[in-house]
Amino acid sequence: MNVMDTRATSAMLYLDGVHVSFDGFHAINNLSLTLEPGEMRAIIGPNGAGKTTMMDIITGKTKPDEGTVLFDGVTDLTRLDETRIAELGIGRKFQKPTVFESQTVQDNLLLALNVDHSVRGTLFWRGSKAESERIDKVLETIRLTEARNRLAGSLSHGQKQWLEIGMLLAQDPKLLLVDEPVAGMTDVETHLTAELLKEINKTHTVMVVEHDMTFVRELGVKVTCLHEGTVLAEGTIDQVSSNERVIEVYLGR
Amino acid sequence: MTPHMLTRSLDRGATIFLLVVAAIGVLIPLSNLLLPAGSVLQVPTYLVALWGKYVCYAILALAIDLIWGYCGILSLGHGAFFALGGYAMGMYLMRQIGTRGVYGNPILPDFMVFLNYSKLPWYWYGFDMFWFAALMVLVVPGLLAFCFGWLAFRSRVTGVYLSIITQAMTYALLLAFFRNDFGFGGNNGLTDFKDILGLNVQAEGTRAALFALSCLALIVGFLICRAIVSSKLGKVLIAVRDAESRTRFLGYRVESYKLFVFTVSACMAGVAGALYVPQVGIINPSEFAPGNSIEAVIWVAVGGRGTLVGAALGAVVVNYAKTFFTSGMLAPYWLFMLGALFILVTLLLPKGIVGTFNAWWDQSKEKRAAASTSAAAEDGVTQPKMAE
Repeated sequence: MNVMDTRATSAMLYLDGVHVSFDGFHAINNLSLTLEPGEMRAIIGPNGAGKTTMMDIITGKTKPDEGTVLFDGVTDLTRLDETRIAELGIGRKFQKPTVFESQTVQDNLLLALNVDHSVRGTLFWRGSKAESERIDKVLETIRLTEARNRLAGSLSHGQKQWLEIGMLLAQDPKLLLVDEPVAGMTDVETHLTAELLKEINKTHTVMVVEHDMTFVRELGVKVTCLHEGTVLAEGTIDQVSSNERVIEVYLGR
Repeated sequence: MTPHMLTRSLDRGATIFLLVVAAIGVLIPLSNLLLPAGSVLQVPTYLVALWGKYVCYAILALAIDLIWGYCGILSLGHGAFFALGGYAMGMYLMRQIGTRGVYGNPILPDFMVFLNYSKLPWYWYGFDMFWFAALMVLVVPGLLAFCFGWLAFRSRVTGVYLSIITQAMTYALLLAFFRNDFGFGGNNGLTDFKDILGLNVQAEGTRAALFALSCLALIVGFLICRAIVSSKLGKVLIAVRDAESRTRFLGYRVESYKLFVFTVSACMAGVAGALYVPQVGIINPSEFAPGNSIEAVIWVAVGGRGTLVGAALGAVVVNYAKTFFTSGMLAPYWLFMLGALFILVTLLLPKGIVGTFNAWWDQSKEKRAAASTSAAAEDGVTQPKMAE
């Protein structure tokens, strides 16, 4: 190993032995998980398996009681707050679509752009051609060019989900955490979202939490099944869904 | 402020507002000074002072709207910043009295002589100079807001909890300023002012000038607020108001943004207080009363939060009503009326006067646009028939 190389791991995201409990309830229990650069991973698991809590830990919303969380092999995420982690290049789409409802679609994207986020920078901001071109491109990708001047609050549920994915694109993070992107979507929208995520995965590392098995199958990526805050099974969707213990957990035997 | 920020911040509503304030700021003093007393168009001096008070309240309302309407910070203690600005100005005015006080002490204000002070407390130093007092009008409220905000926002105190501690802050200051040994005149406060910049504060010309200055301050304050809310920073503020944690996950340091507007807002409130004191002729601890701050929030709610123009309008309308009703038979019931007004506005006009008007205006504009496009479409259909 190169002496100069201080990276502890080649992984984009490395979780090892993570524990979190809320008032005695073990939400995350000895969770270990590795995501390689450029990988897309689907996370499944029954309700309460700790999927959202895991995302909270990665994005700095929740601090783990124990364990290691490394980003890009060098950065210990447990010591940083949400803003700093976002600046490092981890973007998050929430389970419930969270867009800025009283602002226009294009302003939502403008806010998400990974440009100067300081008070002074935004106060004296004047916009640039490069910025508006990037916004145009994202609008096209998420098929909301027509709706650019509409208020985000007036969009349909599916469109809001897409706008939020668009905001992730504008943020251009190294790692995207996508929580239930197809909840409440029609079959056509679900299919398009899978296509969109595959497209995004060409240039980004992605972690998707989803219940919709058809969607997960369509993504065709490695699947991790969580249960009671720990990894139950890992592999292709076929391997995981034929795993005895996974079936047991899902059917509640 | 750079030119592009100025042009961006001036939409039609803002321009009309500025023109109206400028016109009032010029015409009222001119009419007061130039027209003969008793003429129909002459504005009597007592009204100049009264309207000057309203204009100061309008500046305070703008300051509250900037943080509440755009960033969701509901301060129930903004009267404290207003009063601190007022005290800074009052201290200057006290030092200008000189030997004309009852006790004729050239250095010590009357209340200090009365309370057996042997020398001027250190924190009164420099207030004999106008520039210093003017600086303190901005620095003292600004510094308090910065320290208070730094602690509160960094600890992520939000919503009703923040409102409660702002209320506690102004109440604590009220109690402190009531104390005689605090060095600010106790419950009598500071009064009996003589000169400001060598001019008699009671003189008609000075009053007219103070009124014009208040209007100018309202204009400048409004322009600063508009420049802030129409910049990208304004969009971030609204994002914080609507979805604070989402904004954090986008990589914005929310507490810095809050701290920035909170401090700007406190400085504005300080300026309002400083202009208020020479026009009413007194500043005492009752200005710190929590009720005052709550009343100011009601002005903003009535006028329309998040509209700036509405905040200023609300301050004037509610205070005009207050003057009108508290001078008649209904005087004992004013607080009930104010409470009822707040409840009615919350229930019936949640967007306030200007907010409701804006919504109605946008809707009718959309209707007209829709009507004209459908008319155009019909034209398109009928055109070929006519050609036949």
